[in-house]
Amino acid sequence: MDIPGDLKFAPSHEWVRVEDDGTITIGISGHAQEQLGDLVFVETPEIDHQCEAEEGIAVVESVKAASDIYAPVAGKVTDTNAQLGDSPELVNSDPYGEGWIFKMQPDDLEEVEKLMDPDDYESFAEAAE
Amino acid sequence: MTIQTALHQVHLDGAAKLVDFSGFSLPLHYGSVIDEHQAVRESAGMFDLSHLYIIEAIGHKATHWLRILLSNDVAKLTDGHGLYSCLCREDGGVVDDLLVFRVDEYRYRLYIDAARREKTLAWITAHLTRGVEIVHITNTAVVAVQGPDAVGCAETAIKALGLSLPLADLPRFAARQDGSWFVSRTGYTGEDGVEISLPSHLAAALWQALSALDVKPAGLGARDTLRLEAGFSSYGQDIDERHTPCESGIDSTIDIDDEKRPFVGREVLEDQKMFGGQFFQIGLTLDGPGMLRRGAAVELVGQTIGSITSGSFSPVRGASIGLARVSRKFTGSCDVTVRGRLQPARITSVPFVPHGLARE
Repeated sequence: MDIPGDLKFAPSHEWVRVEDDGTITIGISGHAQEQLGDLVFVETPEIDHQCEAEEGIAVVESVKAASDIYAPVAGKVTDTNAQLGDSPELVNSDPYGEGWIFKMQPDDLEEVEKLMDPDDYESFAEAAE
Repeated sequence: MTIQTALHQVHLDGAAKLVDFSGFSLPLHYGSVIDEHQAVRESAGMFDLSHLYIIEAIGHKATHWLRILLSNDVAKLTDGHGLYSCLCREDGGVVDDLLVFRVDEYRYRLYIDAARREKTLAWITAHLTRGVEIVHITNTAVVAVQGPDAVGCAETAIKALGLSLPLADLPRFAARQDGSWFVSRTGYTGEDGVEISLPSHLAAALWQALSALDVKPAGLGARDTLRLEAGFSSYGQDIDERHTPCESGIDSTIDIDDEKRPFVGREVLEDQKMFGGQFFQIGLTLDGPGMLRRGAAVELVGQTIGSITSGSFSPVRGASIGLARVSRKFTGSCDVTVRGRLQPARITSVPFVPHGLARE
C-alpha cells in the first residue's frame, strides 16, 4: 500500500497529517491494519479530551486482538470519525483516507515534525516484522 | 521447525498469512477472515486440514475395543457411517474429541487433531488390546469444502481429477471411499459440506480444481469464527482434560443407552449425563461494542461464576459472541470483563447462527 508523502508516523504505528487549520488527523498505518486483520470495532476518544503524548486514547479491535491507539503528541481531541461506528472496516480498506480515527489540536505543532517520515517508517515497520 | 503440508506452495502463491498451528505451518487467512467466513456461509470455501492425523483400527476386536474406548457408541454405526465422540479418562476428563468412521465391522477410521496428537496416540496405544491393530495413514492430505455450494463443487472437482465419487446423495456423517480417497459429509462450520482425505501428491490439483469453481480458500481464522457461530466446542479452548464432556458443551457424545457397555469414564459420565456436571456451558452475546475474549470473567450480581472459554466476532450477528463455562444456572443477562470493565452479556441459545440463517 502506498503511503502518502505528507504523513508523519509514530513508532506505535499511528500516522499523523497536519491540516491547513493547524489541527492534526490521526489514523493507523497500512502496515498496522494489515497486521491486525479485519477490524470489527473501533472505540474513538472523547471529544475535548486533553491528552498527553503516547497516552492510549482509542482502541481498535480485530477478530484476532485488541490494540490501543496512542496520541502521537500532547493536545486536545477535536473530532472523531463517526463512520467507524458502523463501518470499522474502513480502517482496513482505506487506512490513510476514510479510515482516519480522530483529530487533535496539538499543544505544540513542532512536536509533530519530530515523528518519522514515510521512508523511515517503512524501514522501521519492515524491521519490526 | 514447522511441518509444511502438501498445499504449502499453493498457500504461498495465494498470499496466505501462515502461522504455526500445533507444529504445522497453516494459513491464518488469505487476506480477510470475514470475507472467507462469508464465502462459506454464502457459497463455498475450502480449508487445508492436513494437520489431521488419520489412523485405522483394524481387527476382529475393533468394534468391541472402540465401544470401551469411546464415550459415544460405534455399535450405532453401519458401514460407511461416522460419529463424533470423546475419548475420556476414568474421571470423565476429555483426552480428545474426534470423528470415527466405520469402514466395516473390522475396520474403523479415526481423525485426530494435531493439537492433541501425541497425547491421544499415547492413550490409544496404552489401551490397545489383542485383536486390534493400529495402522497409521500417512502421505495423506485433508481438504474440507464447506458451504451451501460445497458438495456440488467438490463432486465436480473430484470428477475433474478423473475419479467418480457421487456425493449429492451422501447422508450427513456418511462417507464414501475410492482407493485412497475418503470423503465424508462432515464439517466444523455449521454448513453443508465434505471433508476429503486424499493422497498428498493430488492435493494441489484438487485445490486448483476447486479454485476454478470459485471455491474460496479459507484459513484458521475463519474456521474459528465459523465453528463458534455454529456453537461447536474446540479442544484447548472449550474442552480440556480437567473437564468432562458435560462441562464442555458436548454431552451429546456420551451414549449410555446400552446399560452393559463399560466404556472408560462411564461411572462419572452416566451420572453427569443425567444430573449434570459441576459446570456447564452457555452461549453469550455482547450487546455493546468490544469483544468477548477467552479467559474473561463471567459475573452474576458481583460474583464470579466462570469464564469465557472462547470468544470472537460473529460476522453474521454483527456482535461479539462467546462460549463460557459457568458453575450456576441463570437466565437473562450477566456481566463479562471486557478490556478491564464489566459489560452486560446476554445468554444466547447455541448455535448462535442456526444452519442456513446467514442466507435468509
